[in-house]
Amino acid sequence: MTKNAGTSAGVRFAAAALTLAVAAVLVQQAVTVMSADRTGVGPLALRNLDESGVSHPTTAVLLNFRAYDTLLEIAVLVIALLGVRASALPRPFETAPAGRMLKSFSHFLVPVLIVAGGYVLWVGSHAPGGAFQAGALLGAAGVVLALAGALPELRAPGTGPVVGLAVFLVLGLQPLFAGDALLYYRGEWAKTVILLIEAGATVSIGWILAGLFMAVHRGDI
Amino acid sequence: MTTAVLYGITGIVLFSLGLYALVVQRHFLRRLLSLNIMGTGVFMVFIASAWRPAPEPVDPVPHAFVLTGIVVAVSATGLGVNLWRRMQAEKRGEEAP
Repeated sequence: MTKNAGTSAGVRFAAAALTLAVAAVLVQQAVTVMSADRTGVGPLALRNLDESGVSHPTTAVLLNFRAYDTLLEIAVLVIALLGVRASALPRPFETAPAGRMLKSFSHFLVPVLIVAGGYVLWVGSHAPGGAFQAGALLGAAGVVLALAGALPELRAPGTGPVVGLAVFLVLGLQPLFAGDALLYYRGEWAKTVILLIEAGATVSIGWILAGLFMAVHRGDI
Repeated sequence: MTTAVLYGITGIVLFSLGLYALVVQRHFLRRLLSLNIMGTGVFMVFIASAWRPAPEPVDPVPHAFVLTGIVVAVSATGLGVNLWRRMQAEKRGEEAP
């Protein structure tokens, strides 16, 4: 707490007053908005669900109706990893060697996580799931491997982090040649396109999340 | 009061706690955690706003926003921690790689 002793009682009081004022305004707004009759764009997405190629509305919004968001999000992840690489420490930390328990447990856990990731990716087209959840599972597998000291190859610059962005860009630019809008995919090919994009995104998200953890864990990647 | 309103208010409480800590705390990691807690509060408000009375399906758009937001928040946190640690290393006088 010594580092925080610099905050005077006056500052604390002002901060508390500010926070309470902000909270009061937000609560008042929330109650007004949430008790009102809201529609928004949700019904629009639900009405056009058949065109999207997938039957789960959240996946349809993420990968079709608002695919821009997802494309840029994957770009943000790549940029974050580049930033982490650029700010890597001169040399990695000394980390404690992994225990025998952790090593043998990782042999059991990592295959389960990979299979679960594949399942969650596939199920995302018609139930809760998708590239982000699957990517998070793969990232967790990477974290387990990193903690068990079994992931040295992640240090080499690989294509894994950019696969998702590359697949997304190629498939997203494709409609432009047919005279349609960017990221416009409808009809029979939509599900294939979405699953391909999600598969690429899953690999990249998992890789980048594991890479971010590695960077925090040992100071460089 | 519906469950959704309760969730929304909980989100606002989390946001406010984070905001208070962001102003009061001095240490970088504590501030980064405060930002994360604020973000979590925002996500909760979004999720609560997606709720609809029983026969209607929930609004998928806020759900999609939150999914995107979580991943971006994690990557921003990772980058922040790394930048901070690089600054610490520079302060200790370690040379760049």
